[in-house]
Amino acid sequence: MTTLPTPQAVQTQTLNAPARPPVRASRVFMYLGLLVAALFFLLPIYLLVVTAFKTPEAINLATTWQLPRGLNWASFSDAWAKVGGNMGNSLFLAVTATLLSAMLGSLNGYALSKWKFRGANTVFALMLFGMFIPYQSVLIPLFQFVKALGLYGSIWALVLAHVVYGIPITTLIFRNFYADVPDALIEAATIDGAGFWAIYGRVIFPISIPGFVVVIIWQFTQVWNEFLFAATLTSTRSQPVTYALSQLAGGQAVSWNLPMAGAILAAIPTLLVYILLGRYFVRGLLAGSVKG
Amino acid sequence: MKNTDRLWAKLVLAPSVILLAIFVYGFIARTGYTSLTDWGSDPVQALSLHPVIKFIGFQNYTDLFTGGLNVRFRQDLISTLFFTVFFIAGCLGLGLSLALMLDRNPRGEGLWRTVFLFPMSLSFIVTGTIWRWMLQPQGGVNQLLGLDPNKYEWLTGRASVLGFDWNKIPLLTAVVVAVVLGVLAYQALRAGQRSRMLVAAGCAALLLVWALFVGPNVKLLPAPELHGFNIAFIGIIIAAVWQMSGYTMALYLAGLRGIPEEIREAARVDGAGEWASYRHVVFPLLAPITLSAMIILGHISLKIFDLVFAMTGPDNAATDVPALLMYITSFRQNAFAVGAAIGTVLLLLVAVIIVPYLASQFRTEEAR
Repeated sequence: MTTLPTPQAVQTQTLNAPARPPVRASRVFMYLGLLVAALFFLLPIYLLVVTAFKTPEAINLATTWQLPRGLNWASFSDAWAKVGGNMGNSLFLAVTATLLSAMLGSLNGYALSKWKFRGANTVFALMLFGMFIPYQSVLIPLFQFVKALGLYGSIWALVLAHVVYGIPITTLIFRNFYADVPDALIEAATIDGAGFWAIYGRVIFPISIPGFVVVIIWQFTQVWNEFLFAATLTSTRSQPVTYALSQLAGGQAVSWNLPMAGAILAAIPTLLVYILLGRYFVRGLLAGSVKG
Repeated sequence: MKNTDRLWAKLVLAPSVILLAIFVYGFIARTGYTSLTDWGSDPVQALSLHPVIKFIGFQNYTDLFTGGLNVRFRQDLISTLFFTVFFIAGCLGLGLSLALMLDRNPRGEGLWRTVFLFPMSLSFIVTGTIWRWMLQPQGGVNQLLGLDPNKYEWLTGRASVLGFDWNKIPLLTAVVVAVVLGVLAYQALRAGQRSRMLVAAGCAALLLVWALFVGPNVKLLPAPELHGFNIAFIGIIIAAVWQMSGYTMALYLAGLRGIPEEIREAARVDGAGEWASYRHVVFPLLAPITLSAMIILGHISLKIFDLVFAMTGPDNAATDVPALLMYITSFRQNAFAVGAAIGTVLLLLVAVIIVPYLASQFRTEEAR
């Protein structure tokens, strides 16, 4: 890397990779830039982890950035005692709401992309608007509605809110996914005498796995991370982990190892999903803005 | 056969459509109505089972924008606009730089990408908790960079810069809208759409005339009221950029990968240098992505709530935003009508950027 390439070497390289111009200095700068950016993204995580593993007494100014002397697992068991139950709530909520809205999204996407009726696009546009609104503008009636149903303080209130407000994005992702399925496939099935449900069951659903993976990952992350509904529609026993974490970190005289350990616990499920299934996560990410 | 299938399609859609009709449009209408009442101005009535609610017209809005007691709302509105501008600029700048670097195929590209994008999978609450610790006056960032904790207070700073008088708001708004309309008129002129150009130019001219002759004399408040950019927001903007710039990077990277190699090759054959090929070929092709990114980021930042809540708590006036104020007003003070009015203002702000975006997306789709 450090030795200058001979003209001969440059030439062979150009032959091997014609698309890449042999500019060396700019590549050094590029790696430097990437490194600085990576530090910006990773240093907070370093501080998060080392702080979580310290004992409260060991957290002081002089040693903020130093590694802990020993691993203080008690931070995590203490944090777990405070947010563990809420993680259970979040898990139940995220799984239930995600599966329900994924199912609805798949059917909607199928109906909208393969059985276009007059005004289908208008209906879809009106549905999509629901995913951009600030939920503050529906929060008070939602709160009243949930109370009137007797669901206030129950986890089902959150399930309801997340399923309904999740419909636009799941429908959008599936609609775009099914748009790539050739119409000829549907026509052939129609000629064979298959109807709406037979085509869905035999043609569409079996090829929907990648669509479901994208939607489920995306919705799971969204629901797990959500805070506004969590703060307004729940009571102590049904609060999800984001709310519990905000309470854990909110006090003034707080010893920082506890909220840091709590943050790690709250982050692990979505982070794991991202690291293991990043490709699908990015697809969900891009689906929210780029429509086809 | 075909007809029953189409009927099924509509039947399948019906539950979702009905739910969204109620939960989105019905609730928005209800919030709008609530904002025109006095629900919650009397604390006793606020939580009673059958509250006595009076219709008071636009009084809540008038109070918010011109009432002596609502300084906080006006500062929040200004804060959120400043936040939006700096947040979008940060995300676009960092995201584009990252994408351009990754587009040059560095070794371990997938790993770099994973590192830049992972904050997107975190909750704003987690991000806020981490950065709150980073930005303690005596904490991580100041230690690392050797900054004086007395000077760099980050989230607890009280200074405000770029101040201006609230009374100038109508004037400023008129000028900004006139300029935007002027640009639209110019574009319509170049595209040869005569009637559209005339309408836009006419409206721009009317607004400018208003701004010149009437605007300077409009007084929303009896006395000048200074609002500016609270520097305590800088820390929140850094955290928000940390979380969201990976998203812009992913958008730009998808765009860059979508540019056929032949086009860039052609530019090189024509003798364009590295910089020139970016300026004349790559950046123009990325312009639509920049626009969608601005719209998506803009609506996220207008709605920002959880990050602020996690970083500075709900009661820190210096870093308050309308989304947070709506929550406090409605669910702590039970002033539901005022909360509904704030929610409606927020919705209008978001709608101004989202509705044209959706409309244009569907127009291009129809045209295809």
